[in-house]
Amino acid sequence: MTLALDAPRIVQTRPLLQVQSVSKSYSDVHALRDVSAIAYPGEVLGVVGESGSGKSTLLRMMNLEETPDTGSYTLDLPDVAGNLFELDRFARRMLCATRIGIVYQNPHLGLLMKHSSSGNVAERLLVAGERSFAVLREKATTALEASEFPLERLDAPPIELSGGMQQRVQLAKAIALEPALLLLDEPTTGLDVSVQALVLDTLKRLQQDRQITMVIVSHDLGVIRTLADRVMVMRRGAVVEAGLADQIFQDPQHAYTQQLVHAKL
Amino acid sequence: MKLADLTKPWEALSYGFLDASAKREMRRKMLKSIAVPGCQMPYASREVPMARGWGTGGLQVSLTLVNPRTRVKVIDQGADDSVNAASIRRFIARVAGTPTTMDTLEAGLIQSRHRVPEEILRDDQVLVLQVPNPEPLRSVQPNMSIARQMHADADYGRMWLQLYEQIVRSGRVMQGASYPSLVHGRHVMTPSPIPRWDVPKQHMARHLTILSAGREKRIFAVPPFTRVEPLVFSDVPYKVEDHGDLTCTRSGTRGYFMNEIPQNDGTSAYEVSDSEWGVKTIRAAEDGGETRGETWYKDGKMS
Repeated sequence: MTLALDAPRIVQTRPLLQVQSVSKSYSDVHALRDVSAIAYPGEVLGVVGESGSGKSTLLRMMNLEETPDTGSYTLDLPDVAGNLFELDRFARRMLCATRIGIVYQNPHLGLLMKHSSSGNVAERLLVAGERSFAVLREKATTALEASEFPLERLDAPPIELSGGMQQRVQLAKAIALEPALLLLDEPTTGLDVSVQALVLDTLKRLQQDRQITMVIVSHDLGVIRTLADRVMVMRRGAVVEAGLADQIFQDPQHAYTQQLVHAKL
Repeated sequence: MKLADLTKPWEALSYGFLDASAKREMRRKMLKSIAVPGCQMPYASREVPMARGWGTGGLQVSLTLVNPRTRVKVIDQGADDSVNAASIRRFIARVAGTPTTMDTLEAGLIQSRHRVPEEILRDDQVLVLQVPNPEPLRSVQPNMSIARQMHADADYGRMWLQLYEQIVRSGRVMQGASYPSLVHGRHVMTPSPIPRWDVPKQHMARHLTILSAGREKRIFAVPPFTRVEPLVFSDVPYKVEDHGDLTCTRSGTRGYFMNEIPQNDGTSAYEVSDSEWGVKTIRAAEDGGETRGETWYKDGKMS
């Protein structure tokens, strides 16, 4: 008897996000030096490094808030072509409003603190052109529910909410339009451990349910280990090591990565 | 010999008070603002013998547009006889020699503070609105540099958000005056603090409206037959003040915008806000002569 086995199906996917050879200097400070990064669809890319290593600058560039001195940035999405750093301000704004979501470390950067929580989410939908009050209300409620925000506080302004709740509102705002790319800048910094765990659980569930490509920046290796499929380690504006999360955490090659991993352990 | 003997008798230096270069500046900026409806144009706002905030922007436009044959009407919140309206009217007449009128239909140029007359304006009439705060985005974006970028990008999400918040908190849109309106599908403007009642009068109107803020040095315009659409959600209709059933206690006219007059017994009486419309209604009742023109509203409904 012969055992017939189907040949394994190999699917080649193209990276959703490609940042190539990006450098950025502020007068004589080199914030980024020849940094490249890729993220595949549905993947979580973790960027880890000490304070001042350039990880947040890289994230702001992925959100098109900054333009590098050199380098290119592409997203493999329908109707999005070419180097995104060359887009004009209007095109950048529309792309960020509809295809990219971001959660900032500081909720004051991402939220209107005196507007209602649902209004904060609705703002994103309004920028994308939604003009029905009922639809805005429904979509804002759905997004807040998905980020495990208590719906009885739907119209409470973020200024009256705890840090963890504010991050959930930011998250709801970021996912309201089901973006192709979600950027997270230290989303759990400043939260106590139990709230951190809840926010991470929410992020993990969202990633699994919706298969959103995420880039998460953190100096906390625990956060990166929980969420990331692949990891980039940055130091002084340059990538010192990159690879699958398991490789990086179990067999770090670079001395700095070893120091980071062992310091955490 | 006295100093007075050496000088010429006083006479106006320039027709209509403003000098030629000030008028040139106003004309250029008016033309620009007509070319890009609803877009605020900065201009060199001159000093006029009136405090900033009392209609200096409107006065500069009026002084630039008048000629000896222009019949001028000035109203303040609908009234021809308020101190401010009377002072501006007399000033324009003194420095430009123009005839004045209180009749909306007779006027060639109407300078107004916060109201649009009830009678439909014609294509040969110009409405000049005094504007205290020309920037509709100021309440949502205090940084004017960013606000200008938002206008350039037609980034009006925050304006809509303001309306969303009002509905969430109060169950309805609470914006009483200065209702943000989209002009020609492009720029959001504040139609000066006219009541919501008056905003639909600007939509596809035959007359030219020029809005000028002297203190803020901004001018913008709604040319004839231009779309002026208040920002409204597709499922929350635009509502004007519910004045359709109110009757003016002085003239008996009904179905127009009214001023509320609180009474000693706690009740309210109402007087029609457009004072000349009230006067015409009284005259029509007394002598039967009908000099009233067509109105935008009929029986409290926009026609």
